[in-house]
Amino acid sequence: MRIDAKGIHYRPLNKIIRIAAASGEKEFELDNVGGQRYIGTGLNDSIKITINGTPGNDLGAFMNGPKIIVNANAQDGIANTMNAGEIIVHGSVGDIIGYGMRGGKLYIKGDAGYRVGIHMKEYKKQVPIIIAGGTAGDFFGEYMAGGIMILLGLNGKSPLVGDYVGTGMHGGVIYIRGKVDPYHLGKEVSCLELGEEDMKLLGSYLKEYCEHFGFDFNEVVGGKFTKLVPLSHRPYGNLYVY
Amino acid sequence: MESQLPAEFVVNVDYEKCRRCKRCVMNCSFSAIEFKDKVTPNHRQCVACHRCATFCPESAITITENPLAYRYGYNWTPEIRKNILKQAESGGIILTGMGNPKPYPIYWDHMLIDACQVTNPSIDPLREPMELRTYLGAKPECLEFNSDSSLKTELAPQVKIDIPVVFAAMSYGAISLNAHKALAMAAKRMGTLMNTGEGGLHEDLAGYTDNIIVQVASGRFGVTSKYLNNSAIVEIKIGQGAKPGIGGHLPGEKVGEDISKTRMIPVGTDALSPAPHHDIYSIEDLSQLIYAIKEATDYKKPVSVKIAAVHNVAAIASGIVRAGADIVVIDGFRGGTGAAPMIIRDHVGIPVELALAAVDDRLRQEGIRNRASILVGGSIRQSADVVKAIALGADACIIGTASLIAMGCRVCQKCYTGNCAWGIATQKPELVRRLNPEVGADRLCNLLSAWGHEIQEVLGSLGINAIESLRGSRERLRGVGLGQETLDILGIKHAGIGQ
Repeated sequence: MRIDAKGIHYRPLNKIIRIAAASGEKEFELDNVGGQRYIGTGLNDSIKITINGTPGNDLGAFMNGPKIIVNANAQDGIANTMNAGEIIVHGSVGDIIGYGMRGGKLYIKGDAGYRVGIHMKEYKKQVPIIIAGGTAGDFFGEYMAGGIMILLGLNGKSPLVGDYVGTGMHGGVIYIRGKVDPYHLGKEVSCLELGEEDMKLLGSYLKEYCEHFGFDFNEVVGGKFTKLVPLSHRPYGNLYVY
Repeated sequence: MESQLPAEFVVNVDYEKCRRCKRCVMNCSFSAIEFKDKVTPNHRQCVACHRCATFCPESAITITENPLAYRYGYNWTPEIRKNILKQAESGGIILTGMGNPKPYPIYWDHMLIDACQVTNPSIDPLREPMELRTYLGAKPECLEFNSDSSLKTELAPQVKIDIPVVFAAMSYGAISLNAHKALAMAAKRMGTLMNTGEGGLHEDLAGYTDNIIVQVASGRFGVTSKYLNNSAIVEIKIGQGAKPGIGGHLPGEKVGEDISKTRMIPVGTDALSPAPHHDIYSIEDLSQLIYAIKEATDYKKPVSVKIAAVHNVAAIASGIVRAGADIVVIDGFRGGTGAAPMIIRDHVGIPVELALAAVDDRLRQEGIRNRASILVGGSIRQSADVVKAIALGADACIIGTASLIAMGCRVCQKCYTGNCAWGIATQKPELVRRLNPEVGADRLCNLLSAWGHEIQEVLGSLGINAIESLRGSRERLRGVGLGQETLDILGIKHAGIGQ
């Protein structure tokens, strides 16, 4: 199904998609998207949505299955509390990406804004992953409770990542391609060298990532990575007295 | 260093009466009673939960406050001295449970309800129909009809409740699954609602869709599109009366297999709810989440926003209504909690009576009161509080602590220990099974039925026959012992002043 989204408010646009998906439509191509919010929000079907243009906030919020391809930049709140599915953005994205994300993949070609992956968490086989090709702002992985975040810095911008990386982190793992000065890090994370297992894990995800965006896999994976993990799974366990 | 704190309570065993059946030993979940040739109390562990005294077949146990006198000091109260000793020993934040026990004024107890005499007849609720039903959700500005007299106006989703009392949000994790089941069963039977809190929805409660409010809090535990749709109402939790402005920490030791499944986090990890939703830093951001939920539920569920009563509550509530919420929940500073730092519970927030009056006033002044229902809680203790709240402007009340007391809670304030002897605020299987969900549900239904009858009696004496006729009818309230400023905030006259 091809929809010209020019001038359509998000409410009727998303309703068309919801109804069509419920009656079995599998592929959607949206042209002239200009800031419409909530595309893919709450959808459970295994459908594919291609977005030509810039979608608005909360793209794929509470999403549970669909695959979304954005052929432009995207805005704030992508993959908010997402449970499963895949979002591929051929551009940069705004703030609060992957808030409370519990599953699925979010691949971003360019930069990400502030507060990426806050309270991202994992549950059994549901391990969410966010990969951004450029840089990211402050509070990267704050309160992170699970999942994987990879920041590549391929565009050579500096600094690679903002302040308070992994503040309050109590689960999951962050890989940053390059060096992160300790003053950028939150108090609850520790910096480790990568082992063989890490490289295997990175390899599998980065291969897929590079295929989407046409990056040279060997060059990307050949960089020097920093691994960040939480110091404790219970950072605030000793704060209280009864 | 050995604790310098003396016991708070003394367990007195009458050995004349004691038959050494050891029932008290088995029932005590705080290790305060052992059996060493005879029933032997360990006073220091006693929290006055009354489990042993209740189950002693010989009534041989009494619990008294430890009469150990502290030298009198109006300023340095024994509690303050004990807290300093605890903190000097540990360096920790003092954690506590239940609601604020401090003697702040309770404004409900300074308001009196009107009644009819001679010139306008009262109504006998035993003989005449008396309506307690109300509808939660946004109401339209006006109604338009088509030529065939069918309704033209598109109505926002409405949720019918048969009694204006809804069970407050208490998560599975803070309370046991049996307590959750009892609340759900009672809500269904009584035509009202229970609230999952932020701990997700256990699969055993999936059949109670029409009687469940599901909560979306900052940790987003267990929140999926299925969860959002398996509800009557979706509630965004911004704040809680007992702990305004702070998050929640469910300690890892309480996250067992079942809780892990419901919250969708690994077994044994702390469930940390950040203080704010980090995707909500403004009214516009709140609106974005409200509409994300509406999109995810196809605009079929009212979306509620719960906030703690704080200084600027009226302006905040106005923003929430303008952001698109269908229901605003205001939780006063005496509201309960499973765990909160004592400093926050006892010193932060404002009384719900004043907050409610301020919010209702503000929404009326702005002409948007119809756009959202108002629910209030934060220590609604009796049906009289419900009547007064509705007369002040609420649509309905939420009850947390009162519902727990109905199920056996003795308000010992030890919810955060996970040792609840009554099977309510615990996840230990041997304690959870002490609460029979069926019995709990019966007791909750009895409580609501009793309150329903009492509210009907008051409505009858007021000469009205529907709870909706009372809403915002502040002329039917009078203040006693309140200063002019308080009366002005509450929008009521002092007792003794006629019309």
